Amino acid sequence: MSTAVLHAAVTQTPEAPSTLWQIAWRQIRRNRMAMICLGVIAFYACVAVYAESVYWYYRVKQEQPPYKAVEFNNRFATPSLRHPLGTDALGRDVFLQVIQGTRIAFEVGILTSIIAIPIAVILGALAGYFGRRIDDFIVWLYTVFDSVPYLLFILAVAMVVGKGLVGVCIGIGLTTWVGLCRLLRGEYLKHRDRQYVLAARSLGVGDFAIIFRHILPNVFHLIIISFSLRFPGAILTEVILSYLGVGVQGEPSWGIMISDAKIRLWQGHWYELVAATIAMFFIVLAFNLFGDALRDALDPKLRTAEAKTA
Amino acid sequence: MLAYIIRRALYVIPVVFGVALITFVLFNVVGWDAASQMLGKHASKEEIVALQKELGLAGPKWLNWQAARQEGWTKLFDSQWFFYCKQIVTFDFGRSFASNQKISTLMLNGMMPSLVLAVPIFVIEIVLSVAIALLAAYYRNTWFDRGIVILFVIGLSVSYLVYILVGQYVLGYRLQLFPIWGFESVRYLILPVAIGVISGLGAEVRFFRTVMLDEMYQDYVRTAFAKGASQRTVLFKHVLKNAMIPVLTNVILTIPFLYTGNLLLETFFGIPGLGYLAVEAINSTDYPVIKATVMIGSILYVFASLATDICYALVDPRIKLR
Repeated sequence: MSTAVLHAAVTQTPEAPSTLWQIAWRQIRRNRMAMICLGVIAFYACVAVYAESVYWYYRVKQEQPPYKAVEFNNRFATPSLRHPLGTDALGRDVFLQVIQGTRIAFEVGILTSIIAIPIAVILGALAGYFGRRIDDFIVWLYTVFDSVPYLLFILAVAMVVGKGLVGVCIGIGLTTWVGLCRLLRGEYLKHRDRQYVLAARSLGVGDFAIIFRHILPNVFHLIIISFSLRFPGAILTEVILSYLGVGVQGEPSWGIMISDAKIRLWQGHWYELVAATIAMFFIVLAFNLFGDALRDALDPKLRTAEAKTA
Repeated sequence: MLAYIIRRALYVIPVVFGVALITFVLFNVVGWDAASQMLGKHASKEEIVALQKELGLAGPKWLNWQAARQEGWTKLFDSQWFFYCKQIVTFDFGRSFASNQKISTLMLNGMMPSLVLAVPIFVIEIVLSVAIALLAAYYRNTWFDRGIVILFVIGLSVSYLVYILVGQYVLGYRLQLFPIWGFESVRYLILPVAIGVISGLGAEVRFFRTVMLDEMYQDYVRTAFAKGASQRTVLFKHVLKNAMIPVLTNVILTIPFLYTGNLLLETFFGIPGLGYLAVEAINSTDYPVIKATVMIGSILYVFASLATDICYALVDPRIKLR
């Protein structure tokens, strides 16, 4: 067989085989529930971007934003056209506050991921790939971090760094990397003896190139799943921290609205509580369901769990 | 197996050491100026220094080279780090700044109410969630199963705080079924325990159901079906036994969440446990109490995890081989 024929045979391959991502996307698209959830998440993301622009617009202009405007003789107003969800104890519009809460929820979700995921990936990869001493050290490290009760740890971090968004994000970020790190360590442990890794190594590829360019793409789906499942957790934790008084300061987060509504509930003013709860409920639910669908689509091993058995 | 247990028990030492190290770094090295914050703006310099000394915040951080050079090598360990280690070993964390009581006494007093609240939640939650997960696995792919999954995902998406607020408002205030605040009789515990169980159930049921369904795929299940065992025998005799291992793992993962969950329950229902103590300390910037709570909480967790691993070894005979 001449090389020309071989060449033709290679170039004639009808189409590239579909990648894991394409298969996953196809499967997710077939899942109606997941698509609805994706729509909900996209909607919330748009709201968050809008709220972010409102926030920065007024901040740059150094004016008081409308969601902080106090109408003192219009407190605890019931829903009307002007205030679609009524007003709170200071006469601030609840609807606008819920929108701003979306912004803060997204900020918390994204910032904590930016902190936690790199730590988890780097430590998990090093531990699983190199093994031995490094592995012992990293396993020890995450066992230690795992041992500190996470809420107390976050509170302590927030006390040290300072109350507010940054403290909360660093606190949540530093406590939630352990799960993903443990998972990735296991995966790297499995992958480091696979044939493609051995092949790369025998070609003289460096350890770090193998870790990040060869193995990482093969475990990347785990990172994406972990991202979508950590997001709701971060939002729920922010609520609790706001109640405990170390959350976001001076801005209307859902947590602050819920903890403010605590006292007003007894007086029969439930709009604020219900508004913040419902707003939070849908995004958390959407992320939970979408994360599940994503896991089913991206992790073929787990897919069997949902299939039919004997 | 004894070798395994001993090895596992010895691992507690480096972990406790590590926990001490990160709390020390958090509170003493990175830490904020606790003494001047606690005394307020108008404190004199001498007062601040005196308090720093009492809190173990004065002097060098790790090793006291200066004193060692001048007064002999025994003074080398006269530093913040060794002061803290001594506190942990002797279980003497000094006095609370807010109430001037000994912290170890406060802790021991708080232990009882915390356990009285935590243990029933823990036990009821596990029994209920395993039972529900088994039912869901038994009726898998029916409307019952799907309904349960949806119900618990919905339950998972509601904030813990909302469960407490609504539970207190509706059951405690509107219907007057339960007292809302206090720690006097069993009646005071029913509502917090119920809320704790309900809010924690979602995650557990979802996880256990996946575990059980995963097991349904194993070869031994096919074999059991092939030899004619009934659905019920397979589920309760084979699957449940094998699923106990991931279930046990998850039980340990719940323990720290239980502690922190109780933080909120205790503050809302006025139960004078460790969580209540911690929140009070945070509200009044009671530095020594916060530090001690973090440390004690971590140590409790380390020992709980040790206990679980030992149970593991007892349940799973394969561990002996390692």
